[in-house]
Amino acid sequence: MDTLMSLADGFAIALTWHNLMLALLGCFLGTIMGALPGLGPSNGVAILIPLAFTLGLGATPSLILLTSVYYGAMYGGRISSILLNIPGDEPAMMTCLDGYPMAKKGMAGQALSLSGVASFVGAFFATWGLIFLAPQLVKIALLFGPAEYFALFALAFMTLGGVSSTNQAKSAFAAALGLGLAMIGVDTQTGVPRFTFGEVHLYDGLDFLVAIVGLFALSEVFIFLEHRHGNADGNAEKIRVGRLTPPLSMLKETTPTMARSTVLGFLAGVLPGAGASLGSFISYSFEKRLVDKDGKTFGKGDPRGVAAPEAGNNAAAGGALVPMLALGVPGSGTTAVLLAVLLSLNITPGPLLFSQNPDVVWGLIAALFIANIMLLAMNIPMIGLFTRVLMVPPRILMPIVAMVSFVGIYGISGSSFDLLVMIGFGVMGWVLRKLDVPLVPIILGTLLGNSMENNLRRAISIDNGDWFTLIDSPLSITLWLIAIIGFILPLIIGRKVKAKMHGPRDEEGSIAD
Amino acid sequence: MSDRIFGVVGLLIAIGFAFAALAIEESFLSDAVGPKAFPLIIAAVLGLSSISIALKPDASPTWPDLGRFVEIVAAVVVMVLYAELLPVIGFVFATALAATYLTWRLGSGPIASVLTGLGTSVGIYAVFHLVLGLSLARGPLGF
Repeated sequence: MDTLMSLADGFAIALTWHNLMLALLGCFLGTIMGALPGLGPSNGVAILIPLAFTLGLGATPSLILLTSVYYGAMYGGRISSILLNIPGDEPAMMTCLDGYPMAKKGMAGQALSLSGVASFVGAFFATWGLIFLAPQLVKIALLFGPAEYFALFALAFMTLGGVSSTNQAKSAFAAALGLGLAMIGVDTQTGVPRFTFGEVHLYDGLDFLVAIVGLFALSEVFIFLEHRHGNADGNAEKIRVGRLTPPLSMLKETTPTMARSTVLGFLAGVLPGAGASLGSFISYSFEKRLVDKDGKTFGKGDPRGVAAPEAGNNAAAGGALVPMLALGVPGSGTTAVLLAVLLSLNITPGPLLFSQNPDVVWGLIAALFIANIMLLAMNIPMIGLFTRVLMVPPRILMPIVAMVSFVGIYGISGSSFDLLVMIGFGVMGWVLRKLDVPLVPIILGTLLGNSMENNLRRAISIDNGDWFTLIDSPLSITLWLIAIIGFILPLIIGRKVKAKMHGPRDEEGSIAD
Repeated sequence: MSDRIFGVVGLLIAIGFAFAALAIEESFLSDAVGPKAFPLIIAAVLGLSSISIALKPDASPTWPDLGRFVEIVAAVVVMVLYAELLPVIGFVFATALAATYLTWRLGSGPIASVLTGLGTSVGIYAVFHLVLGLSLARGPLGF
């Protein structure tokens, strides 16, 4: 009952005109960003953080805006998958497999609205899952001391590699690189400068927002420049939408699919290191194995093949918020970016968030429900508008992305130095993407580096310099075991799954959800 | 081959990082762990993963040819100039120039590029400065 009361309070916070307008704006922008190939949820949210920040929005309104963008992008990704056979973002990859064949059969409108409904179902029930699971996780997390936290951070990094890259060594490299970047600046405990090389600008450390926007948004601009990919992928003749409502029989047929995929997607989202891409992948392959054993209909425009990945990826998007809010350890790229939002608003996520800032948590959860309903309402009638957005050529869009990134970062600090650092990160992001090094562990490293180190030092100081304190409690031993299994398991069985999952994606290794 | 070079470069970075970590001056008031230990652990992970990348390389990615490569370098130069000139000539001019350049290099015609660049710049100025009140770099003309 407590939970429901808190939720009601959350709605009281979220249901102001100001917040509703922000949610609406976020949903709209998010859908567009999700739909446009090249702009996914992580860069969409990344570009908007500095803006929300410089506009002086409070904690709850900024979170409402940015999570609406997050959910919106999850909805939007399917549009170009279905109409153009090009995933708008990585989680929407699996939707191409059956969505595009459906569109070719002249059922594009039905595929779009069905996937809209599936997205709604996935996200709606995942939000309920978040409400009930997060407080349970908080109860466990309250038992954590510094040693357990250190193990938990290690677990996050070690399991992240399992899905985010095809090469475990490269994820480890990325994580270490991110952690190393976080070390720059004055050491918080002893006050000595580290890795600053006498540069005064570096004493405060690198602003992780600068790193995020550079790595995600600017590197995308370089990728487009490299290929001189300036024209829109869509053209007006190719896109014929047709009937916009799914027949009732189709909804009925796909209901069990949606239910199963929601559960699977949610679980995939909660797991550390796995994001929405894995959610949609698991849902699709499970559904295929279950209802289409001989491979007759899947891949040829089966509505269930559209509903499964969409319900799965949206459920995973909700599930990924569970560890982010309850433990402060994000499991996917976009939730890492959302963690950056919280940190830059001076809110530390984790178990204490629920007791110290209940307004933020429950306002956010209420906002998720509101955004979800808005998205469903927006997506079916406005599909025509969104398909037209797909025709904006990247040669116009990409400069806007670059310029808005510069505006946002300049707005925070007003210094050219930060802009130069951002360009540096953009170049680094481009090179690393060429080399198939995942960017998400880098971001996670810069975000969590300092608190990981603080926990390590606190744990050892408490025990008078005894390093074995790190593996001193059953809880931390369990966490280390999961971490080690999570790191080794993908080495053994992961290759096959990953090869399948990464098969249809573009070679640049786009950013995981 | 790319991965072997990458691994070697990574290893050099790790060694450099470790040296920089050893050079950290410890203050006399230090905790049990000190400011050096964690950076050294990171350097070790960085080094080990670099060695592993160099020993077991993936297939090389397709690198752009020289022309495309120059293209990216040129874009970086333009962006650096943009960052440096922003406080000098003001947001609207700097942004119009940079956006024009990027649009042009992504394949618009010269006139269309100038128009898009101007539109982008004025549009961002209108939305972010006039409507939302964000403070942008001011040039000699006040915008």
